[in-house]
Amino acid sequence: MSNLHKNHFELLGLTAQFALDTQLLDQHYRQLQAEVHPDRFAAASSTERMQSMQWATQVNEAYQTLKQPTARARYILALKGVDTEEENNTSMPADFLMLQMEWREAVEEAYDARDLAALDKLLGDMRQESQDLQDMLAATLDQQQAWQEAAGMVRKLSFIDKIRADVAHKISKLEDE
Amino acid sequence: MAYSDKVLDHYENPRNVGSLDKNDPSVGTGMVGAPACGDVMKLQIKVNEEGIIEDAKFKTYGCGSAIASSSLVTELIKGKSLDQAMEIKNSDIAEELALPPVKIHCSVLAEDAIRAAITDLRTKQGIKDEQVA
Repeated sequence: MSNLHKNHFELLGLTAQFALDTQLLDQHYRQLQAEVHPDRFAAASSTERMQSMQWATQVNEAYQTLKQPTARARYILALKGVDTEEENNTSMPADFLMLQMEWREAVEEAYDARDLAALDKLLGDMRQESQDLQDMLAATLDQQQAWQEAAGMVRKLSFIDKIRADVAHKISKLEDE
Repeated sequence: MAYSDKVLDHYENPRNVGSLDKNDPSVGTGMVGAPACGDVMKLQIKVNEEGIIEDAKFKTYGCGSAIASSSLVTELIKGKSLDQAMEIKNSDIAEELALPPVKIHCSVLAEDAIRAAITDLRTKQGIKDEQVA
């Protein structure tokens, strides 16, 4: 098994770029998954079983990373040696932070008023903002190769991922009650 | 995760929540955000003619530690000059609130918010700021 040194794109037989054919990703993933499934190594030596486990873990990690747009962009930047500084870069553009504040306030109000329609609408706005950023990332990473600019977009996406997860959680909480 | 008593105190009774008029020439507004946790913090300061911070307000969306950090910061900077406020370090905040290592970034956010508010005020007042420039 000489796959341990491959990067996620190589492992899944895909071009290392942000724009991704998700059907191809799924298809290659399923093929690999079948190859590395632990059941196939039931009769193998313990070393081989161990290797197949490692391989299966690596394939899973590669798939999860490439499937999620923010993680995929972060990974591409890491391959280029660029840190997205999501832990310590707090100076986001003011208009973006203002939008985050407005969203937070609107989410809080809608949740307190148990207004599912308003939460759905907000979630839709966030999905759109996220999609716009992903379109920009495709151009910034794949064509312009402007890594620092792309890192700023990843920080924005990271924000939007958080608030989307929060709204989705609030919606399901209201629906469960 | 267990919060320290001080974090809980600031979280349950946050000091100086609210807004100041951002168009007031004696008000500086700092907005910062932490991508890793999605927290957003707005800190505003109002200085008097002697350059002393006489009022501070904050609005923070985030975890208990982020709210406590911003609440504490508003208390710390009141009565200080801008230069003195600039000297507040995130480690001072983290220590005072006994933040665990995974929550240190909340104190970093609060420190960055002070700097952003001071920078905004100085820019507004046309004072050249060599430290932050």
